[in-house]
Amino acid sequence: MAEALIDRLLEKGTIDGVKELGEAYPLKVFPDAVGLTEEGRENLLAYGDMVFNAFGPRNQLLINAAKRVEPLTDWIMTNCQRQNLRPGGFGDQIYQAVETGELTETEAPMLVRSFLSAGVDTTVNGIGNALWCLANHPDQWDKLHANPALARQAFEESLRFEAAVQTFFRTASRDCELAGAPIRSDTKMLTFLASANRDPRQWQNPDVFDIERRATGHMTFGSGLHGCVGQVVARLEGELILSTLARRVRRIEPLGPSTRRLNNTLRALASLPLRLHAA
Amino acid sequence: MPEVHLIQPGGQRVTLDVPVGTSIMQAAVSAGVAGIVAECGGSCMCATCHVYVEEAALTRLPPVQPAEHDMLECTAGERRFNSRLSCQVRMTEDLAGLSFTLPESQ
Repeated sequence: MAEALIDRLLEKGTIDGVKELGEAYPLKVFPDAVGLTEEGRENLLAYGDMVFNAFGPRNQLLINAAKRVEPLTDWIMTNCQRQNLRPGGFGDQIYQAVETGELTETEAPMLVRSFLSAGVDTTVNGIGNALWCLANHPDQWDKLHANPALARQAFEESLRFEAAVQTFFRTASRDCELAGAPIRSDTKMLTFLASANRDPRQWQNPDVFDIERRATGHMTFGSGLHGCVGQVVARLEGELILSTLARRVRRIEPLGPSTRRLNNTLRALASLPLRLHAA
Repeated sequence: MPEVHLIQPGGQRVTLDVPVGTSIMQAAVSAGVAGIVAECGGSCMCATCHVYVEEAALTRLPPVQPAEHDMLECTAGERRFNSRLSCQVRMTEDLAGLSFTLPESQ
């Protein structure tokens, strides 16, 4: 899949890295794994954009995103129902857990919906940001092209350097203490994941993008009990895209400035004009 | 602070002071010990913080829970009877002085 997609893009030469690679790949592979219908998958982009805006303040970004999603709500709820999910996919497996009593019938569609809301826009931007990093750091791209086995750690470093999820809220379930600060029950806390990813106490030369560094331990997926449930899939997608690019593409040339898509939680690109030079 | 020893496959030994309650994985990652990758950050989802526990001390560790048992099926290095995921082993006073050997690969 990654090879066919990248070969097609190489024939075009000039591409929008966000639309044609960052969005195209996760919109295919992840909904396939969940077992979602082929039709209307682009709705997941607007849906993810709304969900990640909703983690932040009730500002105009959220209001606009919610307006865009309103007409799509039925499509999303309908396609989270069991009869519309491919047997054997992640979604169907969630419903199987209802049969064994591990989940309730009301929880199952909500969990499928969580997969779809959390599993697309994040990976879209994870791949988009990785492309941005590699296009703008040609020395690092050269290392990856020379050694495609670096793909997994190159993706990891781009997750650290340009965290697709910048911030995340948590709510204290009881009175506790965090790094010496008392936290009262029910207090909202905002964690700055991207800031931790560049903490000089943890990282040498934190503002340098270096695909040979050991970037595991970054906070982009969160950590511990509530760590990102899809991180294994996300890493696999990133690795497959970057290793295929490394083999097929000699150079990723930025063509003019990229534009940002502002979101209350995500670090997102609206467009990333690139020229791919075949290897 | 109680300490533990991490032994590289080549025999090189690193000694870490680990606060009680902190996982061995977290202590190793914070100290930058090579050979503990801990890709998932302690969610028991990746099997890249695999260690071999000193045989005589196995019973001093908390028992393997089902999630860890499943993940141990996926280790890159050979799974042995004394295999554990170091993210699932939290430091206690009782574990002071324990040695963990790292596998050839994660």
